[in-house]
Amino acid sequence: MDLQEYFSLVFSDYTLRTITLGTAVLGAVTGMLGSFAVLRKQSLLGDAISHAALPGIAIAFLITGAKDSNTLLLGALVSGLLGTFWIRGIISKTHLKSDTALGLILSLFFGFGMLLLTFIQKQPNANQAGLDKYLFGQAATLVESDVWMMATVTGICLFVLLLFWKEFKILLFDADYTKTLGFNTKFIDILITTFIVLAIVLGLQTVGVVLMSAMLLAPAAAARQWTNSLAKMVFLAALFGAFSGVFGTAISSSQNNLSTGPVIVLVAAVFVIFSFIFSPSRGLLFKQIRFIKNRRDLELHKTLAFMHQIAETHENISHPHAIKILNNFQGFTKGTLQKLVKKNYVTLQGNMWSLTEEGFNTASNLYNQQANNE
Amino acid sequence: MNNAQIEIQLIASLVAIACAIPGTFLVLRKMAMISDAISHSILPGIVIGFFITQDLNSPLLILLAAFTGIITVVLVEYIQKTGLVKEDTAIGLVFPALFSIGVILIAKNANDVHLDVDAVLLGELAFAPFDRLVVSGVDIGPKSLWVIGTILIITIGLLIAFFKELKVSTFDKGLAASLGFSPAIIHYGLMSVSSVTTVGAFDAVGAILVVALMIAPAATAYLLTTDLKKMLWLAIGFGVLSAISGYWFAHWLDASIAGSITTMLGLIFLLVYLFAPNKGVIAVMYRNKQQQIEVSLLTFLLHLKNHTDERERHVNHLQEHINWQKVRAKTVLDLALKNNMIVRDKNIISLTEKGKLFTSKAIDYIITNEDTQIEDMKDDFFLFRG
Repeated sequence: MDLQEYFSLVFSDYTLRTITLGTAVLGAVTGMLGSFAVLRKQSLLGDAISHAALPGIAIAFLITGAKDSNTLLLGALVSGLLGTFWIRGIISKTHLKSDTALGLILSLFFGFGMLLLTFIQKQPNANQAGLDKYLFGQAATLVESDVWMMATVTGICLFVLLLFWKEFKILLFDADYTKTLGFNTKFIDILITTFIVLAIVLGLQTVGVVLMSAMLLAPAAAARQWTNSLAKMVFLAALFGAFSGVFGTAISSSQNNLSTGPVIVLVAAVFVIFSFIFSPSRGLLFKQIRFIKNRRDLELHKTLAFMHQIAETHENISHPHAIKILNNFQGFTKGTLQKLVKKNYVTLQGNMWSLTEEGFNTASNLYNQQANNE
Repeated sequence: MNNAQIEIQLIASLVAIACAIPGTFLVLRKMAMISDAISHSILPGIVIGFFITQDLNSPLLILLAAFTGIITVVLVEYIQKTGLVKEDTAIGLVFPALFSIGVILIAKNANDVHLDVDAVLLGELAFAPFDRLVVSGVDIGPKSLWVIGTILIITIGLLIAFFKELKVSTFDKGLAASLGFSPAIIHYGLMSVSSVTTVGAFDAVGAILVVALMIAPAATAYLLTTDLKKMLWLAIGFGVLSAISGYWFAHWLDASIAGSITTMLGLIFLLVYLFAPNKGVIAVMYRNKQQQIEVSLLTFLLHLKNHTDERERHVNHLQEHINWQKVRAKTVLDLALKNNMIVRDKNIISLTEKGKLFTSKAIDYIITNEDTQIEDMKDDFFLFRG
């Protein structure tokens, strides 16, 4: 199946439609909440939570014995939250730093989850197969009820986000100020963290424990490059996330043996790389161009200043001098000289240059802030 | 205990030691999450190496995969340097992308590669003794034992050779640079060792559980000591202890050995986290409580010193004036009495000579903004702590 076929099938084929919708909704909600995780400098929290959710899935299965995805996700949610609050406990109660706490909880919970999974596999119960899809995710197992579930959670997220927008925003940028204003910062904090955990847990079935953190981070990191406004960033991140989901699904279904999760992550990574390079205000490309332009301007100024220095020593400022006395060290190149001529600061006569009235005045005001700001 | 069981425990213990040594430094340098990133992003290196060598234990594969680990570190640092995102976001962006490439490479070549993602991530220690190293017809033990043994010997050699440099650059980068050790070389050296160890150990315990073996013993040890050498020894001890107890736990449950080793690490960490003598949660909470009462005591003594009027020094008045509840007031009063700071005469309280001395010294420290000195002073004055 090639891409064209995919797009013609996406509206008619049940499986494709479900998966595409599912990944799109998932991308949107993780992108939305991921913006908060990235701005709160909790990027790696997503990684830790998604790993920490694994034992919850196993325990939920052990208790209920059923593979109903909602029950398993509830288990994942509980153990993800437990992991999150233990991480906070470690950071606030001991002198261990946040990276250690994250790594600890991530690996310990994951290991415990693996122990339980292998233990379950040995149980005389035919039902257990397929639990390991939560490790790497399998978008193909999405059914319509899962998509409805995701859509509902996304709706609730959106509602809460809009309701507490002001609080979230102010907590994000100035936690102390929020406290002095009398907001219950602890409550807002727990609320946003809970929603981040919820979004991660939702994605486990589709992209899996290992890659979930990228779904959270990549759209947000890409969106961050294009804007400085929180609302725009959240919106863009949701958009990038949804597109990564759709494109990822399209690419992976157009070829054999291509799992959806990793492809979605790679598409999101392409978004990030593109944003890093081509964003107009922060991107590497335009930064480099601005850098070069600034350097050229500086060199022009340097040449002009040097000419001014020489011209100052003469009564007649337009007294001609040999081009030879200018050299590279003063930022002189043929190009800069041409530019100075074009700006009417300098006139050339054969091998001699002389400063014009205008050039002299500009040069003497070169480092005068007020003149430059005009 | 049969031969295979002994070999498994030996391999697990060697992996634990080999992980604990770089892990200690990673935890101290606040780079614990880098080990997580490396453990994921070596996957494409392993896959490509496997295409070339067709042998999971070949040294070339280990070097190739370790090289991917270094690339990860370099990429993370590059992205961080651009200032476009924070460091942790950079880590979180790089490793899932590399890991995805690895997964896709495996999936696309699933037919001709006997390698599967679960095996790389989770490992299977139980099979390690079956893959023997045979040199000129003589069986000299499991391959992974030799691999991890070699890595361990190199790690220990480097640790002894560069212990001083590592120590200085970990705790004081500026000093290390000014003494002429290049922090960059030590940094990348440590990263290389971590990568090689991760790759060498993934076959036995799986890449993700290497992270547990690196961070958990070191973090547990860090809660118990602040001496680098002791911390290293403790980390190694915890690692080996959980490796061996984890093996028997898995044996009993008939479940994944790597998973149960991690569970043991988790249990040990939980115990230390709760009960560590100075830095455990219970000790910290107890100390907070003690501090609270002692601060109250100081407030109380200051109040007494400021008021000579008998009415102000009456027990009942104290309760309403300082606005304490009855129980709290009683605790503070008892503590002051026990320490001979006050005398109580028919519900009128007055400071003793010792109490006066203590209070005026405390005031001096508070005025000169040297509040921390009060802690030391408490040791001289207090017979009983709060």
